Amino acid sequence: MKIGIVCPYSWDVPGGVQFHIRDLADHLIRLGHHVSVLAPADDETPLPPYVVSAGRAVPVPYNGSVARLNFGFLSAARVRRWLHEGTFDVIHIHEPASPSLGLLSCWAAQGPIVATFHTSNPRSRAMIAAYPILQPALEKISARIAVSEYARRTLVEHLGGDAVVIPNGVDVGFFEKAEPKKEWQGNTIGFIGRIDEPRKGLPVLMKALPAILAACPATRLLIAGRGDEEEAVASLPREMRSQVEFLGMISDEDKARLLRSVDVYVAPNTGGESFGIILVEAMSAGAPVLASDLDAFAQVLDQGAAGELFAVEDADALATAAVRLLRDPERRTELRARGSAHVRRFDWSTVGADILAVYETVTDGAASVAADERVGLRARFGLAGRD
Amino acid sequence: MSTLIWIVVALVAIGMYLSWTAGRLDRLHARIDAARAALDAQLLRRASVAQELATSGVLDPAASIVLYEAAHAARQAEEEHREVAESELSAALRAVFGAAEQVEAVREVPGGDDTAGELAQAVRRVPMARRFHNDAVRAARALRRHRKVRWFRLAGHAPFPLAFEMDDEPPAALADRPT
Repeated sequence: MKIGIVCPYSWDVPGGVQFHIRDLADHLIRLGHHVSVLAPADDETPLPPYVVSAGRAVPVPYNGSVARLNFGFLSAARVRRWLHEGTFDVIHIHEPASPSLGLLSCWAAQGPIVATFHTSNPRSRAMIAAYPILQPALEKISARIAVSEYARRTLVEHLGGDAVVIPNGVDVGFFEKAEPKKEWQGNTIGFIGRIDEPRKGLPVLMKALPAILAACPATRLLIAGRGDEEEAVASLPREMRSQVEFLGMISDEDKARLLRSVDVYVAPNTGGESFGIILVEAMSAGAPVLASDLDAFAQVLDQGAAGELFAVEDADALATAAVRLLRDPERRTELRARGSAHVRRFDWSTVGADILAVYETVTDGAASVAADERVGLRARFGLAGRD
Repeated sequence: MSTLIWIVVALVAIGMYLSWTAGRLDRLHARIDAARAALDAQLLRRASVAQELATSGVLDPAASIVLYEAAHAARQAEEEHREVAESELSAALRAVFGAAEQVEAVREVPGGDDTAGELAQAVRRVPMARRFHNDAVRAARALRRHRKVRWFRLAGHAPFPLAFEMDDEPPAALADRPT
């Protein structure tokens, strides 16, 4: 099958959607499909052979932050050329509602289009204003995929219609086989995420830490991620700061080894999550997970059956749950076993088969993807008269 | 004179907008047709695998009869009874393959692994195809209810699209993943 995938965010900036697309493309290529990914990228960035650059993304203020987006005449022309040269059986657009490549290709293409909605942002004012413009582009999508039941619900509320839920994929084997590291083992709590992004929830964990250390003094907290380390520990009493280790940005291999090593993985996120891939990675590596009870997290953790949940932003609840877990090795073993069984459904073998099933369903009884030529007025009246 | 020119410009603009809307509607109808064809294909595939299993002799006689009846009815159903017949096939499949042991028994016979795989795939894809079809129907209906489409009869003689409503809950033992 010839598959075209559209990535809305810069290939050179690491992010969940980019990783998802990279892994999906790798998986499909391994199965013998022909895959081409259209993504914004600087001309100097080295790209894998299957990625086609759609030009540099321009930073513009959008939706309360600076987003790097692709739009304008040049990008639209590149999208058209890619569609024309690719002769794809199906194109898979990620984030079709963001004003970037996704929307452009939705506008420019016709034929079987599959779209994945990753975010579950609350409805923005711009979206409401743009709805009459968005609708004609979005109604070309033959199949919609939401990454979680929560993302599906927001999609139905905002745009109407329906979507199938296919979770993000994880290479479970990669995390399962990672070698634990000695210095990261023994009464350790793990946290991975941007330190200076409050929605990742490190401040909540820092607030809970004194109570955890008071109950289990030998505990160490290992933090992997970018950000200001001084500022992060500023709220802690001085004598406790030595219990916190910063690992900085770590490689995928080290991430897997860290997750294999820790006794508890804590995800204190306070919002903005529509899936929670890190929880799946932690469970794949066999780490007992303790996470805030965001909708998306509760779903990934099977409503608390595959990992423990605590009330979001409640540092006391986090401390109580963490202490209970650290003192109860049997419960941790039980969570490890449950998590490992639960993550099977997120493995690429399952997720990839589901995505392929969607491709096959929409290509059944449909022509291949082509650039949507603007038809002349007369032809259009001819079409309009047809039954 | 200039008033006349403005009137002509306005009429041309309205005409182009209506023609563009008609094009949109035409594309939506094409999308429904494709989605319906895909749904038909998935339903037929499911009924065929079910019938194959029912006549294979792997299942006990009672289960075979129940499954055969339902699969046969689903394949032969008239258009207006189709939704009911397909729902009944879903119920029959759930009754027969409700227990994991039954699926295991099918997998153990020679060639049974493939058949069980095909059935698992079919019960997974029917809800998918149905969701895509009903999503297309919803989009077309939203546009067709619009004033401009009704007043100018942009939909032509195309029938008002209907959603395909059925019970497509897969048997638990065959669908070990979130829906």
